Amino acid sequence: MTKAMPENTMPDKTKLGVGLFILSEAAFFSILIISYIYFYLIPSHGPSAATSLNPMRTLVFSICLFLSSATVHLAGRSFRFGRVTSVRWWLAATVVLGAIFLFGQAREYMGLLARGVTISTNLFGATFFTLTGFHGLHVFFGLCALATLLGVAMSGRMGQIKPSGFEAVAMYWHFVDVVWVLIFTLIYLWPLFG
Amino acid sequence: MKETAIPEALGGESFELEAQEGWLSWVASVDHKKIGIMYLFSALIFFLVAGVLALVMRIQLAVPGNHFLSPAVYNQIFTMHGTTMIFLVVVPALIGFANYLVPLMIGARDMAFPRLNALGFWVQIFGGVMLYFSFATSGVNGGAPAVGWFSYAPLSETAFSYGPGVDYWVLGLLGIGVGTLTAGINLITTTICMRAPGMSIRRLPLFVWMTLITGFLIVAVMPIFNAGLVMLLIDRLLNGHFFRADTGGSAVLWQHFFWAFGHPEVYIMVLPAFGMISEIVPVFSGKPIYGYDFVAASTVAIAFLSMTVWAHHMFAVGLGHAFDLFFGITSMAIAVPTGVKIFNWTATMYQGRVRFTTSMMFAVGFLLMFTIGGLSGVAFAVVPIDWQLTDSYFVVAHFHYVLFGGTAFAVFGGAYYWFPKMSGRMLDERWGKVHFWLTLIGFNLTFMIQHVLGMFGMPRRVFTYPALPGWETMNMISTIGAFILGFSVLIFLVNVVLSLRGGKVAGDNPWGAWTLEWATTSPPPEENFERVPPIHGRRPLWDLAHPDRTDEMMMKLAG
Repeated sequence: MTKAMPENTMPDKTKLGVGLFILSEAAFFSILIISYIYFYLIPSHGPSAATSLNPMRTLVFSICLFLSSATVHLAGRSFRFGRVTSVRWWLAATVVLGAIFLFGQAREYMGLLARGVTISTNLFGATFFTLTGFHGLHVFFGLCALATLLGVAMSGRMGQIKPSGFEAVAMYWHFVDVVWVLIFTLIYLWPLFG
Repeated sequence: MKETAIPEALGGESFELEAQEGWLSWVASVDHKKIGIMYLFSALIFFLVAGVLALVMRIQLAVPGNHFLSPAVYNQIFTMHGTTMIFLVVVPALIGFANYLVPLMIGARDMAFPRLNALGFWVQIFGGVMLYFSFATSGVNGGAPAVGWFSYAPLSETAFSYGPGVDYWVLGLLGIGVGTLTAGINLITTTICMRAPGMSIRRLPLFVWMTLITGFLIVAVMPIFNAGLVMLLIDRLLNGHFFRADTGGSAVLWQHFFWAFGHPEVYIMVLPAFGMISEIVPVFSGKPIYGYDFVAASTVAIAFLSMTVWAHHMFAVGLGHAFDLFFGITSMAIAVPTGVKIFNWTATMYQGRVRFTTSMMFAVGFLLMFTIGGLSGVAFAVVPIDWQLTDSYFVVAHFHYVLFGGTAFAVFGGAYYWFPKMSGRMLDERWGKVHFWLTLIGFNLTFMIQHVLGMFGMPRRVFTYPALPGWETMNMISTIGAFILGFSVLIFLVNVVLSLRGGKVAGDNPWGAWTLEWATTSPPPEENFERVPPIHGRRPLWDLAHPDRTDEMMMKLAG
């Protein structure tokens, strides 16, 4: 990145705006997470995280999401160096990995619904579907943004993407990833060790 | 008073606003000034609606055993009154002023994200329309939500509120919440990224400081409310269990989520008002603000503390001694930085040459009324007093002294102060003074007596009451006061309409003020400034007018 001139030390507005948006999203997710923990600690009847979920299978799909954070980072680096072809490849890889994660989540939901575990079954169902559902929605929005970047890069007009815009999408994607680290630890790993 | 001289280049003419007229120029606009005025206009409309709802309630309560309204309708009306006043009047009015003034005050051409700005406004408006659509739902269970503005579970759950009213309430507030959130993000980004050269963070006008901190509060707590609303909606529409105690949920959890948002929201509704007072009082006292740094720093303290006091709304829940103690102490602590500000404003007036314009009278009214509201608030931090008085008319009196005596007085003061900038014409001062005195008398008649009513044991949110000794007289006094207050608003409206048509032409800087918004024409051209004046201190226009004794020089002289 170019060094900012001394008299122009104001932060970039796109990055700051998206940073604040991410802050608000963090507040939103923290409430959903608090609700999950609050009701996890109160034993309830019916299906629970320990009895309904398959941590190993979800881990595989989670690794795809974690990897996509690395690929979007590499895409950003290639973008800064102006390497069009590798931007396309890394962005495409990010979109594919994100889509695989969503596919995995859809599969998991189908399985749960088939076994009668729904949002209205009990508090596990309500908190689980609310938390992971909102996360999935955010992954979907992130994919839309990434696909837009990819589309522009494929059409040969990559020069029209502002560096701050590219970085903003990457920041958002990393955030979605970090939230999943928390959710995965809480929902899938906690029952294994608790 | 001495007119502040503006250099020739700034007084030049630029009338691009006239070039594009008609409805579309407003609806399609992304100009922060037009959006700001639309925010203010929508807040005024909703203020009239919610004001009429309040008068209807006061008619019902004027005499004991009244049958003017049915209990069901009464419940809907107080719910809609509270929800509207908070989410569609106070917050949008303050965001409207911030939208209009922040870019002008920091020497910017527009907000950081003009289109996001327009989006936020329209989402908020449609949220409001959605909320009011609930009145149109029919059937035995139809009608507006009837659960109070904090919509406690399990009353808000389908078992007790079967109709769609609460669903409209949730969806409307989600829209309004998203709109407010975008405004918060925009205000912070604008203040940090769009300042003119020389406008350092310690030279920001205090109004901008207050809206900056308000922006951070909005970003931090609005999502808490949105998350709670989503869970309530899942409970209601998808048969979830979050707040339903009968299936293992927790009604108290809703209270925590609601007030973790709701108490900072109180400061979202009052900090920008503090900012207005911090602009108005110095100009009409002829002195710079006393203790600029203290006003700014105490606001930061308020913002942090405001997130640690929420459960003082929940003392009656029975959270336990340790909880009550903690939240009682934090609630008392937050009175300290607020008190600091009261002293700052008072000290600014002390030994100043005070000009009692309508704007200044509202500012002084604010100081007195807000202090009363603040003191009754500190009383509530004492847990046993809260237990005794909670859910009584004492609470109603308390928060109306904060929100009407505080914020509404400041907003009226701000309206008289900045109307000339927005419209190019002065609001009439004679009508203004009639407005002020009627407001002061009507407001105190309505709400002062409610402290006593509350101590006599009258609960809030009851549609009628028996003819107990004193209750009848006190309620009648309150109703009379409410109608005087309503009449004062009519005076204000008349003043606005008459002044828009034939008011005195304002000129660039009618009050001899010092901040940048007064350096441009009234109303400002679309791009705000042809050239932003040099900024070497907190009062650029003072420095321009007094090149021989600028703030910078005086500071050096003072050592």
